[in-house]
Amino acid sequence: MSERRPFVLYTLMAFGYAFLYLPIASVVAFSFNETRSVSLWKGFSLQWYGRLLENQAVIDAALLSLLIAAMASTLAVVIGTMAALALSRFGRFKGRGLLSLLSSAPLVMPDVMLGISALFLFITLQQLVGWPEGRGIDTITIAHVTLCVCYVTVVVRSRLAQTDHSLEEAAMDLGARPWKVFFLVTLPLIWPALLAGWLLAFTLSLDDVVIASFTSGPGSSTLPVLILSKVRFGVTPEINALATLIIVAVCVGVSLAGWLMHRNARHAR
Amino acid sequence: MQRPASHDGGAWWDLWFHVVVGLFRQIGALGRELRGSRGRYVVIAIPMLWLLAFFLAPLLVVLKISVAERTGGVPPYSDLVAIGEQGLIQINLSLKGYATLLTDPLYVESYLNSLQFASISTLGCLLLGYPIAYGIARATPAWRMFLLVLVVLPFWTSSLLRTYALIGLLRDNGMVNQLLMAIGATDAPIRLIDTPFAVYVGITYNYLPFMVLPLVANLMRLDFTLLQAAADLGAKPWRAFLSVTLPLSLPGIIAGSLLVFIPAVGEYVIPALLGGPEALSIGSRIWEDFFNARNYPLAAAVAVAMLVLIVVPMLLFEASQERRAEKEAQRA
Repeated sequence: MSERRPFVLYTLMAFGYAFLYLPIASVVAFSFNETRSVSLWKGFSLQWYGRLLENQAVIDAALLSLLIAAMASTLAVVIGTMAALALSRFGRFKGRGLLSLLSSAPLVMPDVMLGISALFLFITLQQLVGWPEGRGIDTITIAHVTLCVCYVTVVVRSRLAQTDHSLEEAAMDLGARPWKVFFLVTLPLIWPALLAGWLLAFTLSLDDVVIASFTSGPGSSTLPVLILSKVRFGVTPEINALATLIIVAVCVGVSLAGWLMHRNARHAR
Repeated sequence: MQRPASHDGGAWWDLWFHVVVGLFRQIGALGRELRGSRGRYVVIAIPMLWLLAFFLAPLLVVLKISVAERTGGVPPYSDLVAIGEQGLIQINLSLKGYATLLTDPLYVESYLNSLQFASISTLGCLLLGYPIAYGIARATPAWRMFLLVLVVLPFWTSSLLRTYALIGLLRDNGMVNQLLMAIGATDAPIRLIDTPFAVYVGITYNYLPFMVLPLVANLMRLDFTLLQAAADLGAKPWRAFLSVTLPLSLPGIIAGSLLVFIPAVGEYVIPALLGGPEALSIGSRIWEDFFNARNYPLAAAVAVAMLVLIVVPMLLFEASQERRAEKEAQRA
């Protein structure tokens, strides 16, 4: 290969990575700004973090978001793992095509579509059977589970495709019952994918603003819904501080998960 | 811990706990009792029923509401099937919502705008993402992992916050304009925020990982000895790229473009925050009609039309591409 091309390639790559990280870096930097400005640097200060922690509405919304994300991702991992098992281990069965379609279509469905359709379902259900009464934590969680199941299914399916099916067959030949095979053979093999799927689902739920806006009711604003309503009124360093905290939390979480999986992979060898 | 406000007191916690424990026990118990095949149906049925109930059924409900008549009641639309005065079953079908889509220029413009936002941004993702993906695919395994993580990491922070970050950069007194003025490219700030350009930047920025990942997967399978062969036969690097690499990576390009284009068409947050109040898009029409005008049938009609005109054709195209790729793989 030629000697000149890597230079062009590296320049383009550097540009791409700069494009990805400069905006985030600027948000973090200006969260420590002394004045209200988010574009002119005046000096270092932690005052925006202080104000943020005094803001009860933000704290409530953050706790609500974490709660919904925890519930939605846990449920999504259970359901998504079942879907992945069915699709990659059960061979041909009636409805396999439908399950495969249903578990991948929400991945490419625009958020607005998922949000409005879930909301219309809840309105119709309330009319017909009286449940759910109004909208709140449960409706947001259900809508998030539906989205997250698909991501979990993709992650677990790809892991199942890489693992050796013959181990499970051997366990079954030795007389282990299917549920025992799953918990003693399959689960230890695929748990990194379950963890990755859970983390992905957790952040998806935590980040979602559109679906949550449609399916939330009065008094159940999640953090992104609150942020969106604040951002509409202008940019403030308080939001920068909040964004920085979220970014730091995500980085710590992802690194921790990565480290855990790496360690596990080394132990396995 | 303080419990966040809920509309139904503390019942949700018990409910959720019972659902999760119940699901696990269901699998365990059924597996134990049935051994073999009947337990399989539970594992199939739970995700199937969930997705039928909370993904497919809602789409049908949207379809139903899109042909309802707008009323002043709660909920603000008419029933599709009603019992008439003489006990006759009446079917109320109204195509007013769809008629509005065709006759009101606001809606036609919104669709065209969204298509334009999505296509230009998809191109942006491709131009920016291809070099990254190519570099990752050709890097050593250790570097490859590192570079991939760097691409995916921003995806883990919220799209809303990343869009917010762009507002700060693109404002009249933001860093981009400060930089342009510092190097003397312009005397007065250029209007960047609240323009279509800002929307292109925003969507490209948010969806870049979706373009890079399929491209990396595709380019990693590329046989680089083919490039060696092209070079040995006297092809210049750019020619080798255009006639070998690019055609072979076409499936990756198509997969990545669809992953960007389809969600971008329905994007609401990015055009609303970066495109200014005047930016028309499908997402903002649905949002406005639903939240502000409370015209549920019209909002549903806008959503159904988006699904039928844009999303479904794209998915069918993707399916046909996949089938073709499978056939080629079988032949090879």
